[in-house]
Amino acid sequence: MRTAIVERALDPCAILAEVERSANGAALLFVGTVRETNDRRAVTGIDYSAYVPMAERELAAIVAETSDRFGTADIVVEHRVGTLGLGEASVVIAAAHPHRAPAFEACRFVIEELKRRLPVWKREHYADGTREWIDPTRASAPAETRP
Amino acid sequence: MNCPGVLRAAGAFAHLEMTVTVLLFASYADALGKSTLELPLPAGATVREVLDRLSSLPGAAALPPAPLVAVNQEYASADHRLRAGDEVAIIPPVAGG
Repeated sequence: MRTAIVERALDPCAILAEVERSANGAALLFVGTVRETNDRRAVTGIDYSAYVPMAERELAAIVAETSDRFGTADIVVEHRVGTLGLGEASVVIAAAHPHRAPAFEACRFVIEELKRRLPVWKREHYADGTREWIDPTRASAPAETRP
Repeated sequence: MNCPGVLRAAGAFAHLEMTVTVLLFASYADALGKSTLELPLPAGATVREVLDRLSSLPGAAALPPAPLVAVNQEYASADHRLRAGDEVAIIPPVAGG
């Protein structure tokens, strides 16, 4: 298991390689990226900020819980902070397990818990030059289009 | 009141002061125009008293009545009793991932 909050670009392939072992029959890689639209507005980039010491602790706690729940220690997560452009990776999760079902479930559990409790915030930049902090609790768009 | 001993103890308690560090982030830091402040409180104060104090600051209207709070980097309830030197973070709605 390894987790980190970082200010540099993420390397999904390197993170995937960290969980590959011959005991595992499945390795999952989730890459969260900056999307060009949100709530029908044209997005040009996102500033990510964090309460870094707490985010590091919370991310480590989420991965420890995931490990207990799904029976694998082969989980690596990195979350990036700073200003990201379109298509850049903000979060990478790699989870491996001897079998595919728990690998999928572990990966999903990490991203959902992270979105629920990691003290990280994002301010979107829009094509019209404005910037806004995102509040997922006040999303006006249908659920399937939410961040 | 028929318990002077307790009253005397409570009175002495109220005179003690402690200072906690309040951290603000993202939209809350923008709204209050600062990201950190030192807050003097009576000894034994809770998270709720921090929120009450913050609500009187300029720009505090942007904060919800019951925001998420972390004390020393762990989520805490409004009833959480504080100690001198605690780090009290007011957490806007999180948006990681």
